[in-house]
Amino acid sequence: MRIYHFSEEPYPDAWGKERPSLRITLPNSVVDPEKARGLYHRYIDEWMLADELGFDIMLNEHHSTATCLTSSANVVLSILARVTKRARLLVLGVPVGNRTDPVRVAEEMSIIDCISGGRLEFGMIKGVPYDIEPANSNAVSLMPRFWEAHDLILKAMTTHDGPFSFEGDYFHYRNVNIWPRPYQQPRPPVWVSTSTPSNAVEIGQRGHVMASFMGGVAETVKLHKAYAQGYRAGGHGAQVPVDRFAYLAMCAVAATEEEGRRRCDVIADYLRTNAQVAEPFNKPPGYFSAEVAVRQARAPNPRAFRTLMTPKGRPVELSTANLDDFIECGIAFAGTPDQVFNQICEFLDGVGGLGNLLLMGQGGSLNAADTTDSMRLFARDVMPRLKERQAKTRLFEAA
Amino acid sequence: MSDDTGQIDIHGATCVVETRGAGRDILYLSSGMWFADESAFIGKLAELGRVTAPVAPGFCPGAVDARMNNVDDIAYLWLDLIDELKLKDVLLVGASFGGWVAAEMAVKSCKSIAGVALIDPVGIKVGDRYARDIADLYGLPEREILRRAYVDPSVFASDVKSISDAELARRARARESIARYGWSPFLHDPKLAGRLRRVTAPTLVLWGAKDGVASPDYGRAYAARVKGSTFAEIAGAGHFPQVEKPAETLAALASFSGAHRAAAY
Repeated sequence: MRIYHFSEEPYPDAWGKERPSLRITLPNSVVDPEKARGLYHRYIDEWMLADELGFDIMLNEHHSTATCLTSSANVVLSILARVTKRARLLVLGVPVGNRTDPVRVAEEMSIIDCISGGRLEFGMIKGVPYDIEPANSNAVSLMPRFWEAHDLILKAMTTHDGPFSFEGDYFHYRNVNIWPRPYQQPRPPVWVSTSTPSNAVEIGQRGHVMASFMGGVAETVKLHKAYAQGYRAGGHGAQVPVDRFAYLAMCAVAATEEEGRRRCDVIADYLRTNAQVAEPFNKPPGYFSAEVAVRQARAPNPRAFRTLMTPKGRPVELSTANLDDFIECGIAFAGTPDQVFNQICEFLDGVGGLGNLLLMGQGGSLNAADTTDSMRLFARDVMPRLKERQAKTRLFEAA
Repeated sequence: MSDDTGQIDIHGATCVVETRGAGRDILYLSSGMWFADESAFIGKLAELGRVTAPVAPGFCPGAVDARMNNVDDIAYLWLDLIDELKLKDVLLVGASFGGWVAAEMAVKSCKSIAGVALIDPVGIKVGDRYARDIADLYGLPEREILRRAYVDPSVFASDVKSISDAELARRARARESIARYGWSPFLHDPKLAGRLRRVTAPTLVLWGAKDGVASPDYGRAYAARVKGSTFAEIAGAGHFPQVEKPAETLAALASFSGAHRAAAY
């Protein structure tokens, strides 16, 4: 089992609740570049510590937002490729359907793979609704464009006999011949994230690693089953190895339950601020089908971010929920090392095993001292037990 | 000939076409906007002739061929529709997005078109590169869109409780489809302004005097690019004079229709 440390590199000084939007419309005069310098250095230091402690490393990107200073994951990833020694470097991911130049993505990924000596885990993502506007990409054709970019990038990474031409529906090149080629042959592992069973089937058909974010046991199992259906249809085998699955949750550990919970509650501001988006950037045209748009319009709270069901069937709206709700839903692990170990084991057993745990160990205004203390405790008292316990689970088995 | 709404297949593209009234051929291209309801105006327009009001793929229910992604695709489709239905000496009326489509048709061929009436059309770029000629309809809250589009926003039903599922679905499809055809460059074709010189049919440009989506100045710039065109404002109307001032809009169209009955050539 691999355990990744993740932070969105937030700029929490700008997270006032009075702000109508933390995304798209928040002017960048709010950013003090000197503070940003300090934060970038600090977050990179934390990833370097993750590397020393035995974590793997995950980055993502968002745009025009105070919630995530990583507006280009590739830039930060290329620094980490040089300054870390052993961790797998997961970008989850590159929003390839929003990129105008997929060949450039293939080039950048290959450079990072070479600099890191083959440690790249290459995630391609659809991107969240509020990242459509900064990219000015047309959400109506987002998924076909995504898959066309995906095909082109992998073809570019795996073609070694000189240029090929590409004339697709969305991208056109006369001579594609990337330098360098990836360090890992034939190419770095590919990840795709999703929250819908239909996409899960498509990811399964391709045999990529599928990541899901904070869906709790029930939603995650649905996605894993859909993936397994696609995996079999794609001819990859009757059973899915657990290393094809990844799950993201928030996590904080401390010597006392109270302190571990406090830390995680700070991280959870990440979720509580997610809905803080100026209307109508959370619903770009074409991102959701007309059928879904009608349901959204009829929803009792159209501004809600995401509602999950607890295992007992109680609905929890994530933008207003408390830490107990998050823990009950399986989207936060918090407390002492023993408690966190047990919470994670319960989740892993509930979903039938998975090979990649993505932990948001820093979020919101959780400071460097608390973040690194939590990481050290996790690495010392949770990680070895977890890895040992999961070592025998190799194949996904739906409950 | 009877009033009718039905599906029609034009070279593989499935569209819905509503037909109303009798008399000279009128092709009405509605605004397509999700924040307007023009159904009543189609009935009024039928006082002037036989109205054919087509609904393009994406705007009507059903699957859309991914190749339908540009206003040109709709313009060629409706030129084919004119041929298919053997419409003659057509009075082509287009509003807002439909006005853009009408202009794209007219620069391609006025063979069957006797007159072009554009009501607050979008489709051209007139300001500098930092100017928003057309309001950012995907970046404004709904109440602000309505404030800009109407002198009296209450004429548009916006309380979801009072709206049927079918109407909500129409609006959702319209909001998606305007993006399908007009996302970027936003609601314009950079080449159209230069091509408007090719419009050979007599042209009327009508504009809501209080249009906050595209200003009357934008409308005057539009009309200035079509040789011999007439520009007129409709008082007390925003972006949809046909909704807010249907009688005045109809009167202007009636007078234009009477003056131009035969195709240019």
